[in-house]
Amino acid sequence: MSALRRPPVDVVTVGVGLTGSILGLELAEAGLSVVGLERGEARSTHPDFELPGIHDELRYAVRHELAQDLSRETLTFRNAMQQTALPMRALGSFLPGEGLGGAAVHWNGQTWRFLPWDFETRSQARERYGAAALAADCTSQDWGVRYADLERHFDRFERVYGIGGKAGNLRGVRQTGGNPFEGARSAEYPNPATPESHAGALFTRAAAELGFHPFPIPSANMTRAYTNPYGASLGPCVYCGYCERFGCEMDAKASPQTTVLPRLLAHPRYELRTGANVVRVNLDPDGKHARGVTYLDARGREVEQPARLVLLTSYVFSNVRLLLLSGIGRPYDPVANHGVVGRNYAYQCSAGVTAFFEDKVFNPFMGAGALGRAIDDFNGDNFDHAGLGFVGGGYIACDSNGARPIQSLAVPDGTPGWGSGWKRAVARYYTRSLGIRCHGSVQSYRTNYLDLDPTYRDASGLPLLRMTFDYHDNERRQVAFLAGKCVDIARAMRPSALSLPGPRGHYSIVPYQSTHNTGGAVMGADPTTSVVNPYLQSWDVPNVFVIGASAFPQNAGYNPTGTVGALSYWAADAIVRRYLPAPGPLA
Amino acid sequence: MTDRTPESPASRRAFLQSLGVAAGAALPVAGTVAAPAPSRPDTSSTIAPGPAYLTAEEMRFVEAAVATLIPADELGPGALEAGVADYIDRQLASPWGVHARHYRQGPWGEGAPQQGYQLPLTPQQLYRAAIAETNRDCLRHRGRGFDALDRAAREEVLTALEADAIALEAVPARTFFSMLWENTIEGFFADPRYGGNRDKIGWRLIGFPGVAAAYGGLLERHNEPYRVSPVSIDDVRARLVPTDAHGHPKHVPEPPSRETSR
Repeated sequence: MSALRRPPVDVVTVGVGLTGSILGLELAEAGLSVVGLERGEARSTHPDFELPGIHDELRYAVRHELAQDLSRETLTFRNAMQQTALPMRALGSFLPGEGLGGAAVHWNGQTWRFLPWDFETRSQARERYGAAALAADCTSQDWGVRYADLERHFDRFERVYGIGGKAGNLRGVRQTGGNPFEGARSAEYPNPATPESHAGALFTRAAAELGFHPFPIPSANMTRAYTNPYGASLGPCVYCGYCERFGCEMDAKASPQTTVLPRLLAHPRYELRTGANVVRVNLDPDGKHARGVTYLDARGREVEQPARLVLLTSYVFSNVRLLLLSGIGRPYDPVANHGVVGRNYAYQCSAGVTAFFEDKVFNPFMGAGALGRAIDDFNGDNFDHAGLGFVGGGYIACDSNGARPIQSLAVPDGTPGWGSGWKRAVARYYTRSLGIRCHGSVQSYRTNYLDLDPTYRDASGLPLLRMTFDYHDNERRQVAFLAGKCVDIARAMRPSALSLPGPRGHYSIVPYQSTHNTGGAVMGADPTTSVVNPYLQSWDVPNVFVIGASAFPQNAGYNPTGTVGALSYWAADAIVRRYLPAPGPLA
Repeated sequence: MTDRTPESPASRRAFLQSLGVAAGAALPVAGTVAAPAPSRPDTSSTIAPGPAYLTAEEMRFVEAAVATLIPADELGPGALEAGVADYIDRQLASPWGVHARHYRQGPWGEGAPQQGYQLPLTPQQLYRAAIAETNRDCLRHRGRGFDALDRAAREEVLTALEADAIALEAVPARTFFSMLWENTIEGFFADPRYGGNRDKIGWRLIGFPGVAAAYGGLLERHNEPYRVSPVSIDDVRARLVPTDAHGHPKHVPEPPSRETSR
């Protein structure tokens, strides 16, 4: 059928970003032949992220050069089922990656572990607050894996990615200076915490005054030169303030390029193919076994790559879309409320406050993507939700992650929108303001889901993915509560003015919020409500694994990368130790 | 149009006079005074001659608009002096000017605001249509084109565009205003290699250093302003500043005279 057929391999990974590089290396080292198919181009520190060109806000932060090129493929979006979805024509709310390394090239580096509670949201919320704690249309569920199962994989990922931080809970013993609410860790972070900026120091003092528990945000920006377990050498961060939306000139931000790819690309059993856009997983006629994948190469030719094991290791949207295009798993039908693929799409619900000062100066251009201080007092179930009308929560943080000017011009409320008054305010307050933000969880709902769009197609004629998503009352109450805490902390700093967040309306795809899209191919212990089993293995096609934030049944109040990394090692471990000796369903 | 910067439009002269300032005298204007003269030639502010996309008439509109949005005033030069009109012209001639990285397949529908930009118009088409229509509206109601209006009238027109109070056929007035204002901010604060932020006027205004130095150790010095002469990408490429092994420039303190203007 295909014009070209490549020699069979043991494993093919669809996408070579954070998850694809880890799985590729772990399986190559286990003795398997692996081909990594990456739709974008190869990218590396030299020459792509070198100075001075990488410090270009317009090119990378505003024009999104390292993010997905929507002219070839985007998704469509609507808030509700009765609307017509329209294409996301420009990047805005989130920034998926495209080339080698994926979004883990242009991320900030905030590397959290989800709370033990986050993996058991449904059962824990109902146990503590009763059956009515979750709304009738809430489809949040337990993950089928617990924090304790994942702990050593979190630890492994943190060592590979060189995370800097301060433990708050070492084997159940509380540690001064860390996050007292975190799940027990088996070991301290491999690197020290980030230094404290002026803004961070003010936040720490104000939060402590209010009785909260501030600590340094866990950081993939290297706080010292570091060599990881794969022998990759990372440089020390110089706090230049160009992390999110940029590559790092210092090899100081953990990314596939700086942690895993050096060893992987040199591995004799690994082959990387860029410009390879996978369009379907090929199944046997009975639909229960994958034969490999078909991709379009850079010349537009269809190429078949046979493989014994197919790993979907792309961004959330590509994982879900490829399942739908390939007919793996039953597509979710929100009307009948059955089917699984596309179910439980979630995101984050965040807000912030800006504090302005007359008597303080910051140097907001100094910093790093994960340089900041946070509190976790109002995340997960770390506080009593009785009477609050919501479940979940989020961390609250003050970041010093590099205020590039085009996108960092906060002015006090009441400032004219342009003209001399505006100019005076930006000249005055660019160095005299700081932001405090909350980073909230989003539960899953029957009406928030992904499917194939009936109208719009990508450059090769395949249907685009369609997102139907809006915030629900649970998230609106939660973000109002968290924003109130942000304001309390900001007030305790005694600023001269505050810009307050307004009430949360509909979700909009326009302003940047976070590249923390989750779900659609969620994990669980019940095949009627999950696409993959607790080992991230397809219930329907056991030689297909789907790895990434697509597996999150709902989203927690944290950046997802730490948990994505832990799930990658968890799945790799299951494949090597359980699947390979006896290929077949693991659950 | 080959060297239009020193040729201030009549409208700029008029509004400078309205500030009680003799044009080209007290206010720093690009090509004449411009913030402290760089000790070495600043290649980043060299502008290729001639418009890249806009016609001469459209260029006058954009110059008048950006001079109103970020005016020259007691804080120093504004967007016109910073070359923001040149920046916009060049951006319109770049891949962005045809939304080369946007999804541009139909069908085209209007949608809800939460669904984002849904116009089939590229920035090139949008600027062309909206400038022509706004100028026609100015001629009809004010007897002259936008760039010939005085400052107060230009402010009124921009305010009306922002509030969607001028009915344009091709494009919602608010959409045009948003794009114009976003592009003005970009041109005022982007690296000078794109034709705006000439002499790093935008960066000097707020105290942004440009290409970052290695800040290790400096971050922990709380409440100490870090005011340096900003460094552009082309400054580093032209070796106008010393750098460390990774290419981070060594910043030098900004001359103190600039502090007094804030």
